[in-house]
Amino acid sequence: MITTATLISGLAQGLIWAIMTLGVYITFRILDIADLTVEGSFPLGAAVTAVLINGGMHPVLAVFMAILAGCAAGLVTGIFHTIFKIPAILSGILTMIALYSVNIRIMSDKATVAIVQPSVKKLMQNLLPEGTPSNTISIVLGVIVCLAIVALLYYFFGTEIGCAVRATGSNQNMARSLGVRTDRIIILGLMISNALVALSGSLIAQLDYGSALVTMGQGTIVIGLASVIIGEVIFIRKDRNFAIKLIAIIAGAIIYRTIIACALTFSFLKATDLKIITAIIVSIALALPVIKQSIAERKLRAENAKRFETEFLNADMGGEHVA
Amino acid sequence: MLIWEVSTLLNMMHIEKSFNIGTINEKKVLNDLSLTINDGDFITVIGGNGAGKSTMLNTIAGVYKVDGGRILLDGQDITYKSETDRAQYIGRVFQDPMMGTAPTMMIEENLAMAYRRTKKRGLGWGISAKEREIYRQALAQLGLGLEDRMSTKVGLLSGGQRQAVTLLMATLQKPKLLLLDEHTAALDPATSAKVLELSDKIIKENNLTALMVTHNMQNAIDYGNRLVMMNGGRIILDISGEEKKRLTIEDLLKKFESVSGGKFTTDSVLLG
Ligand SMILES: Nc1ncnc2c1ncn2[C@@H]1O[C@H](COP(=O)(O)OP(=O)(O)OP(=O)(O)O)[C@@H](O)[C@H]1O
Ligand SMILES: [Mg+2]
Repeated sequence: MITTATLISGLAQGLIWAIMTLGVYITFRILDIADLTVEGSFPLGAAVTAVLINGGMHPVLAVFMAILAGCAAGLVTGIFHTIFKIPAILSGILTMIALYSVNIRIMSDKATVAIVQPSVKKLMQNLLPEGTPSNTISIVLGVIVCLAIVALLYYFFGTEIGCAVRATGSNQNMARSLGVRTDRIIILGLMISNALVALSGSLIAQLDYGSALVTMGQGTIVIGLASVIIGEVIFIRKDRNFAIKLIAIIAGAIIYRTIIACALTFSFLKATDLKIITAIIVSIALALPVIKQSIAERKLRAENAKRFETEFLNADMGGEHVA
Repeated sequence: MLIWEVSTLLNMMHIEKSFNIGTINEKKVLNDLSLTINDGDFITVIGGNGAGKSTMLNTIAGVYKVDGGRILLDGQDITYKSETDRAQYIGRVFQDPMMGTAPTMMIEENLAMAYRRTKKRGLGWGISAKEREIYRQALAQLGLGLEDRMSTKVGLLSGGQRQAVTLLMATLQKPKLLLLDEHTAALDPATSAKVLELSDKIIKENNLTALMVTHNMQNAIDYGNRLVMMNGGRIILDISGEEKKRLTIEDLLKKFESVSGGKFTTDSVLLG
């Protein structure tokens, strides 16, 4: 049964996952790179945060360290791709694979590290009225963080360097001919993207799971793409303002999470079916433009065929025009 | 030791460039090529397919690093400077209309990118209200009505419109050297003529030094003050001044045959 509780939990989780989605949007849509590093940088953010918080670090500082760790992951992929000219997908896979080992090292050979010391969640609980439900905490924090990120990204992509990132994603050749150091710009884009993904992982670990899991990155890229595409399909008309695009992407993440939350309430579905549902959503969304076009083409052809029969064929057979 | 003429802008000395070095596909494309470009020169470059024209322009722009020789720009050795370092001195328009602009960005954003070709980019705004006025006026000079469509995505423009915008972008900040590589080849005859006229106008009005590759011999004769012909990776003919004005296509073909000892390699040079 789909209840308000389901919808609220979709909203709560969606807002935190949206941070990761914004990261994926930067690489996938702005830089035109499908970056698989995110599968590793997401749990990386969680692992770094969990271990540092348990070690006594202030949670806010631990989150900051997670962001830096994400930057480092993006840097590695960026170096593979720009300096050693390894294709972007492969560069991302290499970093992702490497991060699997790194994450387990960080977590001292454990697959799960529970966060036992006070986390950001605890800080929020202290700030908000006593007894505030967990979902509400996530929603409040998620809204604040998402809006801050949208504001930052909106500003950044309006700056000279931000424009250089967009130009590089749009046409590297043009960017270089106008003096943009495209290699550095791509590295920068990958760092920003993975910083956001690691931040998302860090917050999910603290607010939702209460622990860092080495496997929590599985499917991150597909979840990110699904959310980006849902957001675009539903909200984005051609020439929308960039801030609205970003908010649409956040909405996409929320809708995706809500769909998943609802799907899981059906008794015939198991939690492990989540991945195939995601795969189906993404493939439909990616195939949609092709399907739409083919339907439109078929319709036009049918109309023209009818016109051909009624107008031309009759006239030609009617004898008048036949020499 | 080098003795400088005051007016020399670019000096290419004994340039060597091969591709796929060390493989069986190794091919020497520029072969002891030397060319001196004077300040204010508008040079048209002709030569058959594979003569090395694009490669020469690309070595000037820094897309390819040369294997031998030296390139001096304004007396400064730029032989091993990167493409992005040279971008502040060099404006370029390419044969492919898709290559010079960012399709997903607005016309004004493309111009703003070009406006910053000569400076270091920072965290200031990528475009300001004051600049928009500059761009509006510049676009108005094209006579294509683009000044009223500044927030249109460049990807929606036709090839000719895109080449016109690219031309504007290449010259928005006055380049020391403008490189045009068959920049009208992909356009229909009428548009091609228009863009060519526009190039000539911009070059003259701004006193630019330019190098223009073309396969159209008549254009090569009609435009510019100097004409060079390339074959086998070197300059085989360099005509300027009065002599160039009197040139005819027949002259060029004859000269080509006598200098190179062969027939001109493409029909396209005749057909246009
Ligand atoms: N990147 C490259 N790698 C390998 N070979 C190349 C490369 N670029 C050019 N060449 C070769 O160098 C030769 C000269 O090419 P270039 O493009 O300079 O000729 P061009 O004079 O511009 O000819 P066109 O009139 O066809 O444009 C050709 O044989 C070409 O195959
Ligand atoms: Mg060429």
